[in-house]
Amino acid sequence: MLLGFVRWMADTPWSVALHESLYGYPIVESIHVWALCLFVGMAVVLDLRLTGLSFTSVPVSQIAKRILPWTQLGFVVMVISGILLFYAIPVRSYQNIFFRTKLVLLVLAGINAWVFHPRGIKSWDRDPVPPRSARFAGYASLVLWMTIIFCGRMIAYNWFDCDKPEQFHVISILSGCEAHEPEVQ
Amino acid sequence: MLWEFARWSEATALGVTIRNSQYAFPIIEYFHLAALAVIGGAVLIVDMRMLGLGLRETPVRQLARDAQPWMIGSLIVMLVSGVSLYTSEATKCYASPAFWIKMIALVLAILFTFTVRRKVSLADQVQVSPGTSKSVALVSLGLWFAVAWGGRWIGFGG
Repeated sequence: MLLGFVRWMADTPWSVALHESLYGYPIVESIHVWALCLFVGMAVVLDLRLTGLSFTSVPVSQIAKRILPWTQLGFVVMVISGILLFYAIPVRSYQNIFFRTKLVLLVLAGINAWVFHPRGIKSWDRDPVPPRSARFAGYASLVLWMTIIFCGRMIAYNWFDCDKPEQFHVISILSGCEAHEPEVQ
Repeated sequence: MLWEFARWSEATALGVTIRNSQYAFPIIEYFHLAALAVIGGAVLIVDMRMLGLGLRETPVRQLARDAQPWMIGSLIVMLVSGVSLYTSEATKCYASPAFWIKMIALVLAILFTFTVRRKVSLADQVQVSPGTSKSVALVSLGLWFAVAWGGRWIGFGG
């Protein structure tokens, strides 16, 4: 059903226009990369503080309060430009193993941010090295975002595309490739 | 001369190895991009502060000191991965206007960062006027913006 939806999406005039445009697609992708600096860059600053690796003299609550609006702005630009990039190439992206992995990791990163409420932050707000749970959340976030960047970059490469001959069976299944019907003689 | 240098770069063992491998270029590209996110954070947090945004309660000097090792570390990763990517397609880069814009902006950005910006961001804040701070931050942001833009457009054949 989803495959039918993305196929329909691929046939909409705006998707074709974006896909075939000389400048439209590159501009959207450039914005996606710029927003990456803002969004992941700011997330890295908070994570470095949570892990106690840097900015140790700044209270955690202050970073959270001052940085969060910028992280949110970066996230919104990231999501909008990301959706546009998907919209330009829907079917191939939908059936791309890296794209699917990226979505799963994005959910995990969301859960990590959601689960880690800086509860009782007051007691360690100014500690140079926060408690174990905060450090864990910081490291988890760093690893998740760096892996998400990896998957995002690799979407562009077609090693595991459905139309590749002799694809690993497990990748075909995970990518949602349709089984090739044996030719009837 | 630059053309000869590009030809020579492509013929180096590094360039040949990356070009002949299916996975080397994308993997190096990933490290280039991951380091971009880190350098983005390290530069932005200080430049934003100089513009009066973000961590306003913390002195610029403190932030600049904390961010410096991350900025230099990620810059080294960017340069090493960037040079590797270049050797694999040096003649293509030679013909790309985006590449030359990036190189000029990069040289200016590095020079500016380690001279004027370093001096202003590490100075005692009483001695720096808000106007100076803001101008330095805007120049820094503009230069790095151009570097990132040029980098992305090399890939589009621009």
